[in-house]
Amino acid sequence: MSGETLLEIRGLTVGFDVPAGRLPAVAGVDLSLRRGEILALVGESGSGKSALSMSLVGLNRGPGAHIGGEVLFHGRDLVTAGERELRGVRGKDIAVVFQDSLAALNPTQRIGDQVAEMIRAHRKVTRGQAGRRAEELLGEVGIAGPAQAARAYPHQLSGGMRQRVMIAIGLANDPAVLIADEPTTALDVTIQAQVLRLLTKLQSEHGTAIVLITHDLGVVAEVADRVAVMYAGRIIEQGTRDEVLFDPQHPYTMGLLSSVPRVDGPAVARLPAIAGNPLTGVARPAGCAFAPRCPFAHDACRAEMPPLRRRYGGTAHVDRCVLDDAARTRARGALEVLAP
Amino acid sequence: MKLPTPLIELEKLRVDFGGSGGRRVRAVRDVDLTIYQGETLGLVGESGCGKSTLGRATVRVTEPTGGTIRYLGADITTLRGAHFRQTRAELQMVFQDPFGSLNPRRTVADIVAEPLLRARRTPRPEARRIVDDLLDQVGLGREAGTRRPHEFSGGQRQRIGIARALAPAPTFVVADEPVSALDVSIQAQVINLLADLIRERGLTMLFISHDLGVVRHIADRIAVMYLGEIIEIASRDDFFAGPAHPYGEALLSSVPTLSRQPRRERIELTGDLPDPAAPPAGCTFHTRCRYAVDRCRTEAPALTEVAAGRQVRCHFPLLPVKGPA
Ligand SMILES: Nc1ncnc2c1ncn2[C@@H]1O[C@H](COP(=O)(O)OP(=O)(O)OP(=O)(O)O)[C@@H](O)[C@H]1O
Ligand SMILES: Nc1ncnc2c1ncn2[C@@H]1O[C@H](COP(=O)(O)OP(=O)(O)OP(=O)(O)O)[C@@H](O)[C@H]1O
Ligand code: SF4
Ligand SMILES: [Mg+2]
Ligand SMILES: [Mg+2]
Repeated sequence: MSGETLLEIRGLTVGFDVPAGRLPAVAGVDLSLRRGEILALVGESGSGKSALSMSLVGLNRGPGAHIGGEVLFHGRDLVTAGERELRGVRGKDIAVVFQDSLAALNPTQRIGDQVAEMIRAHRKVTRGQAGRRAEELLGEVGIAGPAQAARAYPHQLSGGMRQRVMIAIGLANDPAVLIADEPTTALDVTIQAQVLRLLTKLQSEHGTAIVLITHDLGVVAEVADRVAVMYAGRIIEQGTRDEVLFDPQHPYTMGLLSSVPRVDGPAVARLPAIAGNPLTGVARPAGCAFAPRCPFAHDACRAEMPPLRRRYGGTAHVDRCVLDDAARTRARGALEVLAP
Repeated sequence: MKLPTPLIELEKLRVDFGGSGGRRVRAVRDVDLTIYQGETLGLVGESGCGKSTLGRATVRVTEPTGGTIRYLGADITTLRGAHFRQTRAELQMVFQDPFGSLNPRRTVADIVAEPLLRARRTPRPEARRIVDDLLDQVGLGREAGTRRPHEFSGGQRQRIGIARALAPAPTFVVADEPVSALDVSIQAQVINLLADLIRERGLTMLFISHDLGVVRHIADRIAVMYLGEIIEIASRDDFFAGPAHPYGEALLSSVPTLSRQPRRERIELTGDLPDPAAPPAGCTFHTRCRYAVDRCRTEAPALTEVAAGRQVRCHFPLLPVKGPA
């Protein structure tokens, strides 16, 4: 994986004005995405994954939203780019598959037309050509009877069918970067496997760089090259698939890995969960954002935010935790994180 | 085990949709299903096979085209007015699309309180207390009550939907992918909360999910759907020991697992995906089944009891050799 860097995110922040003040949804993220790689973005619900991905192409600009930092794509900064310029990038160079298909699709337009419209927005093709390509795309994402389905309205489709329509729209113009926000949550595992094969094919044949936002760590294990874990608006651990999943360094990541309900092994009566609630308000503690829930927190954790840097583990492995190597090993043992 | 009492009985339940361009989809095709008091029935199956429609019709969010729904022995298929209002409070639904089902103009507290005020006629101060407690329990925190749905992330919206369904203290909940947008840790919290409610209040649940790991942890029995029909019903342990229907077998083999080595033997479903508006003749799964023979293409198998508590719709069910006598 040594492709050229396609997208370089530096110090990205996204804040939302809420009654209590400004909510730091994304609180300073640095991330680079290389050609032909699949980067999995995982993390707590509400940690800023969707806010981050939408801000890359200016989709959450608006009153009450404040976006800072830089998103560099082919020498341009998309954070400061004008709306016109962004419209040229969106859906063509960088496509986003949204998490909420019911909110993102137009309820009054047939789905085939919605896919075709995305094609025609960026290409000089006839209406007929776009329509045929739209049907083809619907077939590729595993929708049965695509010609018929193209004539349906969003509410006439099941949740998973709508999700695949979103993926078809995302793929419509062979984007260089595909950001897929929970693209397979509404799909059964056999269709999910088909969609994942489609994504890995794009990656290997077209060199598409993919940011895959997902809660399914099994999916991450199957397709990701690298993994970034978010907590409260920041990346708290990042590394290769093997580093993060099989040698986790941050207690939040360890907690996630121990909470996965499995289809094999003994069935447990109670799933291990990380106690306490995630941060939802505007206030952030001074030190490590995970300290209020971390079973291993001590005074040093509350003093200041640990920087994201390499501490232990593999060469590409970085994290934000002050624990030393021995404490980390004990933590993995205490949480019964599955041995690799 | 106590002798199970049926809470919900579906008989020949049918839902048809008259689609665009003469496309009539039989989303739910003559389903017979009994859900017992205090149990959690996990409903799994291919995307688009009719799980949501079956769940919605069971609590009459979608009106069935035919068949009967009995709740505690009473026919509620066509119940209306004040009688239905009471029953409605007891039968709740967590919707699959959290955003589409939350009124964007109302605050979260109002949304969660609505079934309490409307169906249960709970006095406002008491409703307020219940809502605050629930918002805490689902991990949103009571402060979330003053905000509106669009200000929340996908997983946060999903928890608003769960709080709303639980507010009127229902006896039966259809939970349609209730934890799919949650990270595994919050997911574990919510599942543990549901498990507590099941134990403490005797809550009965139809739990629809694509996540077989989650289903395994919460469900007592598993029902598998394919193209509008139930094709297998089994106890949780029997199902996970080895599905008896070839579709279930393919499903379980495709679960992505957290292991260092890439997946070994996965049964890839090839062959034509059937169009729900024109289901194949014979066994509806024959177009993709690796065991299909001529008989499967012409003769439709019936849902048949193959072992105690285990029903399968297949001419050649896959059963363990040393099955129960
Ligand atoms: N338009 C908005 N106004 C106010 N707050 C918002 C808005 N959009 C998002 N937020 C808040 O920003 C935070 C990050 O939300 P985001 O949707 O990015 O989370 P996420 O990581 O995608 O979570 P999930 O996994 O649940 O989808 C959350 O606390 C959310 O409540
Ligand atoms: N309002 C509607 N009008 C027309 N057809 C519909 C309507 N709702 C659902 N359908 C169709 O009924 C079938 C079953 O849909 P349903 O939503 O029940 O599937 P599902 O099993 O819940 O799928 P998923 O796992 O993707 O959520 C699909 O073919 C769908 O297109
Ligand atoms: S009846 Fe035949 S086609 Fe259908 S599942 Fe069984 S073996 Fe496969
Ligand atoms: Mg999100
Ligand atoms: Mg559904």
